[in-house]
Amino acid sequence: MGDVKVLGFWASPFSGRVEMALKLKGVEYEYIEEDLSNKSPLLLKYNPVHKKVPLLLHNAKPVAESLVILEYIDETWPEGPPILPKDPYERSKARFWARFVEDKCMPAMWKACWSRGEEQEKTKEEAVELLRILDSEIKGKKFFGGDNIGLVDITANFIAYWFGIVAQVVGLDEVITKETHPNLCKWIEEYNNCSFVKENVPVKDKLAEKFKEGIQAAAKSSPDSAS
Amino acid sequence: MADELILLDVHVSMFGMRVRVALAEKGIEYEYREENLANKSPLLLEMNPVHKKIPVLIHNGKPISESLIIVQYIDEVWTGKSPLLPSDPYQRAHARFWADFVDKKIFDAGRRIWTRKGEEQEAATKELIDALKLLEGELGEKAYFGGDKFGFVDMALITFYSWFYTYETCGNFSVEEHCPKLVAWAKRCMERESVSKSLADPKTVYEFVLMLKKKYGIE
Repeated sequence: MGDVKVLGFWASPFSGRVEMALKLKGVEYEYIEEDLSNKSPLLLKYNPVHKKVPLLLHNAKPVAESLVILEYIDETWPEGPPILPKDPYERSKARFWARFVEDKCMPAMWKACWSRGEEQEKTKEEAVELLRILDSEIKGKKFFGGDNIGLVDITANFIAYWFGIVAQVVGLDEVITKETHPNLCKWIEEYNNCSFVKENVPVKDKLAEKFKEGIQAAAKSSPDSAS
Repeated sequence: MADELILLDVHVSMFGMRVRVALAEKGIEYEYREENLANKSPLLLEMNPVHKKIPVLIHNGKPISESLIIVQYIDEVWTGKSPLLPSDPYQRAHARFWADFVDKKIFDAGRRIWTRKGEEQEAATKELIDALKLLEGELGEKAYFGGDKFGFVDMALITFYSWFYTYETCGNFSVEEHCPKLVAWAKRCMERESVSKSLADPKTVYEFVLMLKKKYGIE
């Protein structure tokens, strides 16, 4: 197995993805909590390009960017449950949808949470549409990965778990609804009821508190701040 | 078993060029179809309904989209010759990280250089140069980003070389002045037939941009 460390932040869904993948594979690791307002010399040394978490250190060799880390974990520990499918075409689809969640859905959803007035209406509409596309993709499947959680499910942890909590804190509703996203809602329920997921996400109240702090801090500094 | 391969592409697209380079590296034959982005073909809209973008590789009727995803697909299907990614998982992660860096940092800054003016353009130029300098640092003394073999990161970045002339002309700067080693690397890559045959001519790219600027009223 080697020496495995994860530099992360407890409230970050990106961090959460890496921990979920390692736990799925049964890999033991040391978790190091980063204070993002005072980044450790270790983080700055091993991720000088982005200076971000999560960072995986495997035998002191760094791997950064959560989607890159997920593929690394899958390839390094092939004996555990697969994160990506074996077939090249299915793999390309998994990568495509993971990127769609990461590059399209998440930024739109996040922006919708933190904007106001007309801008919020616009970004909310954008998020609803993007999630409609995702809804079509999950139709007829238990998870994006099929019968078991895979790359896309892990990548979409924000959509399944984090988003509901943030949205409630900021008072944003009607983004993911049973009327517009029936299949996605089913997936969210399945995902959050999964014992594996339940054991590996931050406590709801703690996360809600964190986001409330974020709102207060943003209100104090500038209207454009986001946590 | 005859494979049917169609590439939906646009000649000047640095993303499309990546796929052309990959296919050429592997010696794979395919049908190239030029798309007119102002009038997208029904096939493109059918094969990439989510983004409606090129490149799209259609392999025996099944579409693969997103250039770096296509390149990895090609590498995983045609395993016999010229590996595009390293075999070691750590080296692969390293390659994916830097290819992702290129995707995040180069295209957007480059685009702003030819679409904006004044302060915004200057800021975009600085961003681009900073990113290229970081890449040059990563290259170090190696012949290629992959070491002594041309690989994934080289493929991800070299296609932007055909756009350097456009960025430099619009932004009034020289890449070589800031990143001489990177330009030397680019010229080394251009010696490979797979690259020289796949990249668009820089002047063609510039003319295309001028045409777009005129069409959309961008000064």
